[in-house]
Parts: sequence; C-alpha cells; structure tokens
Amino acid sequence: MYDLIVVGAGPAGLSAALTAYENGLKKILVVERDKEMGGILNQCIHNGFGLHLFKKELTGPEFAGRFIEKIKETDIEIMLDTMVLDMDKNKNVYILNTNGYKKLSAKAIILAMGCRERTRGAIATPGDRGAGVYTAGAAQRYMNMNGYSVGNKVVILGSGDIGLIMARRMTLEGAKVLACIEINPYSAGLRRNIKQCLEDFDIPLYLSHTITDIKCTNNRVSKVIISKVDEAYNIIEGSEIEIKCDTVLLSIGLIPENELSKEADITIDERTKGPVVYENMETSVEGIFCCGNVVQVHDLADNVAMEAKKAAKAACKYILEEKTFVREIKVEANKPITYTIPQKIHLPIEEKVVDISFRTNKVLDKCVIKVTNSNGEVVCKYPREYVIPAELEKINVPVSLIKDEQNSITIYIEED
Amino acid sequence: MIELICIGCPRGCKLLIDENNDYTVTGHSCQIGVEYGKNEVLNPTRVLTTIVKIENAIHNCLPVKSSKPLPKEKLIEVSKALKEVVVKSPVKTNEIIVKNILNTGIDIVATRDM
Repeated sequence: MYDLIVVGAGPAGLSAALTAYENGLKKILVVERDKEMGGILNQCIHNGFGLHLFKKELTGPEFAGRFIEKIKETDIEIMLDTMVLDMDKNKNVYILNTNGYKKLSAKAIILAMGCRERTRGAIATPGDRGAGVYTAGAAQRYMNMNGYSVGNKVVILGSGDIGLIMARRMTLEGAKVLACIEINPYSAGLRRNIKQCLEDFDIPLYLSHTITDIKCTNNRVSKVIISKVDEAYNIIEGSEIEIKCDTVLLSIGLIPENELSKEADITIDERTKGPVVYENMETSVEGIFCCGNVVQVHDLADNVAMEAKKAAKAACKYILEEKTFVREIKVEANKPITYTIPQKIHLPIEEKVVDISFRTNKVLDKCVIKVTNSNGEVVCKYPREYVIPAELEKINVPVSLIKDEQNSITIYIEED
Repeated sequence: MIELICIGCPRGCKLLIDENNDYTVTGHSCQIGVEYGKNEVLNPTRVLTTIVKIENAIHNCLPVKSSKPLPKEKLIEVSKALKEVVVKSPVKTNEIIVKNILNTGIDIVATRDM
C-alpha cells in the first residue's frame, strides 16, 4: 500500500511528488508512461520557463532538470515505461509494463496526466489526406528529440503558443514559415510569442482566417487555401488565398486527458474537460486530487508546478489529518467567463484566501472583475487593464468574505 | 516614440521607447523592460535555443542554448553552423558544446544531462 500514487511525471507530477515528500509522506510512487521523467518539458527546448518559480529564465529541459535532480535525492519511487490502464474510486491503480500487469493501492492519488492536442478531425478541416499535416506538438517532438526534418515550406493553423514556438523553431532549422492562420480576431498565444516568434522573422499572422482546403500531390501536402471569416465565423466567399507549402502544423488547442478520471467515476466539467475540483484540487472522489493541464490548460509550466504543490499539500492533509470540512459552496461564472477553477469551495478551511482562475472568450479592455454572494451583493472587486482569452486570469478571494449561510459565489466582469 | 512588446516575461508589457530622449522606456512593470526596451532599439539580442546531434544517448538530439544573448541577425547563421555538430553521450547540463561560436565570444552549452 502506497501513501500516494502520482500519475504522470511531467511538471505537475514531479512538483506534486516532491511537495508530498517534503510534507512528510513516506511511500510515494510516480507512474510515467514515457521512458524518462520530464513530460512535455523535454521537447520544449525554448526558454521562458521558471521566471516565477526560480526567478530565472530556463529552457524546458532545464526546468524539468531542477525537479528531476531533487527527486533523485529522495526515495520517491519512479516507475518509467509504465502505463496506468485503469483506476477506481477506491484508489486502486492498475498498471502495465514489461513486468506485466499489476494492481497497486494508495491512500491518496494525484492525477497529473496533462493534456493532448486537438487534431485536424476536431475542427473538420476539409481537403486531401496526404502526409505533411502534423499537430504542432508532434512536430516539436519529431524535430527536437528525434532530429527529423518536418518540412520545408510551412503553414501554421492556429496561433496557440506551441504553434508560435514551432514557427520560430522551423525557421531556425532552415524552413520557410509562410503564414500563421488564426480563425479568431485575436491571437491565442502570448503577446511575447507573437513578437519573438513571428515578428522577429517577418512571418505574417492572418487573423479571422482559416484553412478551407488542403491539396496534396503525390500524397504530400502541396498547397492550402485560406479564407477570411466573418464575425460569426462564416467563411467569406471570394476571399480565398492560395499558399503553396509542403507542411501544415496545427496549433488549435489542447484537451485535458481524463479517460482515467472517468474510470474512477470522477465528475468532469464539460467546459474544461477536466475534473470538477475544490479549492484544494480535490476531485469529486475523496482522496483523489489533480493538478496541471489535466485540470485546465495553463499558460505557464510555473503555474502548473504551483498548482501541483497545492494538490500535494491537500493530499498530505487528507492522509495525515482528520477531515474538517462540513459543507461546500459553488463558484459560478457569468459570460464572457467560460469556466472557473475551482468550481467548488469546502468550508470551513484554514486558508485565508482562495485562488480562483478562469478564462474569457472575449477580449476586454479596462474592466473590473466582481464577486457577488448568493444575495447578489458585491463582496470584492479586481480592476484590470485588460482581460484576454490567451491569458489565464487569477483572483484571490478572501475566505472571510464568503459567509457561512451562502451556497454560492458568482464571478463576472464589467467593462468600464 | 517606438512601441514594443516586452519579451522579458510572459506578462508582455507594452513599452514606449523615446528615441529622442536617450531611449527612455515607459510602460514597463519591472527593470527587465527598461533594459530590454533600450537594447531592442539599439542592439537587439536573443538567447538561441536549438539542438545538436548526439550519439549513444536516449534521444538523437541534445538541447542546447547560447550562454548569453546573441545578436538577433546571427541567430539563423549560428543555428545553421550547429547542424554540423555531433557530440557523444554522456553530456552534463551547462557543459560547453561549442566554444566561441562563429567568433561571437559566446558559447553554446547543453541544457540537460544526456
């Protein structure tokens, strides 16, 4: 019997395991399906990691290395090349590796499986089905870890950060990146990445455009047709532009990977595709916690690692202390906020503030984020210069403002 | 006035640089923005992150970076030069892979153990 089993050895899993160890848990196991620790960080060879956590700009592998080195100094057990096949709500985990199939049990579980990329099928891009269409992350792995050349003339669909980073990577590797196409009227990536990945190399960004056809010659991409879309995302006839290329990279979003969570009957939020969580990152199943991109897609690995610390501390508390929660309240959100993490808050809690993060589906200039109680009274306000879909927004709500008789709080945004 | 997005951190501050007033920077949230703003107008630099080939290792490629920011216009040239480099495992983080790359005075170092 383990104290804690962590599923996944990426930034979330490693940070969670270390924190649990530092907080007194003895028997900790981390299960990882890849042949090494580090997760996605191993292929993110660019810098920009660690500014919050380590006060230093690190590359992905350097950021992962800091955790891996510390883990190696502990007696945390790491099982590599091991797939978790199944899990149940009694905290049994069923694994498969070259030693065979095995049932493991733990007092608590932390889910840190991360997310996967949306594919061409998810957005139903029409056209031929030849070679040369990759998700940006797959291309990143081929290029940075396997050393394959992915393509020479590239069009990127979607302006997510991975796509932007790949635009720069492919340019540095000698490819010509012809265009980055974004269906929304705003970029999905961080502003710094638009600057240092597109503008630095004069790569044009087509906002309010999408790919409406992919043509292949000899089973390889030979050109794409891009078209302008209107405000309702309808394709504008006659706006077609033809771009000759041999490669299309898709950077069209990430989906939390929760097949295992569903096996354990954990409630999933249809908005985030991740588990519904409490303020301490506990799921709807007692003793199963989650953190990182399996919960919601984060902008920064630093925030993933910090969320993992929170989950790990709660898991330690769950194992080592008596339960004190009596009741719970809901966190509701009004448009254009698309979801909140957490969706629920336990009461009473020791913490003085609850961190609530959320995204909007609209660009807002100068605005005020407001929190109301169940009676509709505004209990706190947070002015912002801007709120954009590409950036995860965060507020800290003082617990003292959440009164005992309430059953919910609501978050909304008012434009100035 | 020159308008720039700061790339110093994910916050991405909108900087204004006054080229007629000793490149004074406004719109920044921290010191990084002040230095970046002035530097970006006068002598833009970037840390290069890329890969070199590695033999007898867990992967085919070793991630590397420039030990200091390189002049921006040198990025593609240096990246091209590194395509010819092959190292042998084991390599330690921060180990120098190429000293003084293309006479820039800047080294290329490994960013992980492999």
